Amino acid sequence: MRRKTKYQNSAEIVFPAKSQNESLARSVVSSFLMQANPTIEEISDLKCAVSEAVTNCIVHGYAGTQGDIKMKMKLTEDGDAIIDIIDKGCGIEDVELAMTPMFTTNTDGDRTGMGFTVMQTFTDKTKVTSSAGKGTKVRLIKKLQRDDT
Amino acid sequence: MNRNEGVLTKIYKDKTVVFVIRGEIDHHSLKSVKTVIDSEIFVKRPDKLTLDLSGVNFMDSSGLGLILGRYQLATRLGIGFSLLEPSPAVSKLVKLAGCEKIINIERKSS
Repeated sequence: MRRKTKYQNSAEIVFPAKSQNESLARSVVSSFLMQANPTIEEISDLKCAVSEAVTNCIVHGYAGTQGDIKMKMKLTEDGDAIIDIIDKGCGIEDVELAMTPMFTTNTDGDRTGMGFTVMQTFTDKTKVTSSAGKGTKVRLIKKLQRDDT
Repeated sequence: MNRNEGVLTKIYKDKTVVFVIRGEIDHHSLKSVKTVIDSEIFVKRPDKLTLDLSGVNFMDSSGLGLILGRYQLATRLGIGFSLLEPSPAVSKLVKLAGCEKIINIERKSS
């Protein structure tokens, strides 16, 4: 039977899919994680992963149209940080293909198709659930080693 | 929002142009940076373009797109291209994408 995870703390914010909110999302996640006394490396890794997920919502999910992005942050009693980034945009038809390194649907030449690769590299687990036409949820999980020095 | 996002300074030495980028490079901040660099490339046609990334404290894959896009453009136009002293935030992404195999990375002489 699946053990019910207990959360030490949780918070969520909702913001419009505007590119100036990419740095807002990074700042908020960084502030939220401070209570767990993470290392600088863990913070910068998660900020980068969050930045990728939020940028994906803006560039691909809503593709320039208006919509809201919800970011849910949780700290488990086991010391895991769980960050969900959720949009109600166009969704991804083929998640596996989208997560292939260097794959991008963007044609302006300056998207590298490395967003999901960065998320996967900088977290312990990146889970993507998506429904075409309904939206996408990206769950980023990272185990935090307490920095007590 | 970000007081120091994508701050750009241009330094010319002979026909080499160095763009010093500081702060954070993300999908939002790179738009203006990219426009400035590209117009310089097309209008002034320098012999060499260098991006000084020593003062970049955050970069995600949008920044990789900026680097690779400028590298491709410069190469197409016969302009030399290099990165100068990429900060740890930049190096991590550059290594992940394997860019150091194709792009010249210079260190500042102390």
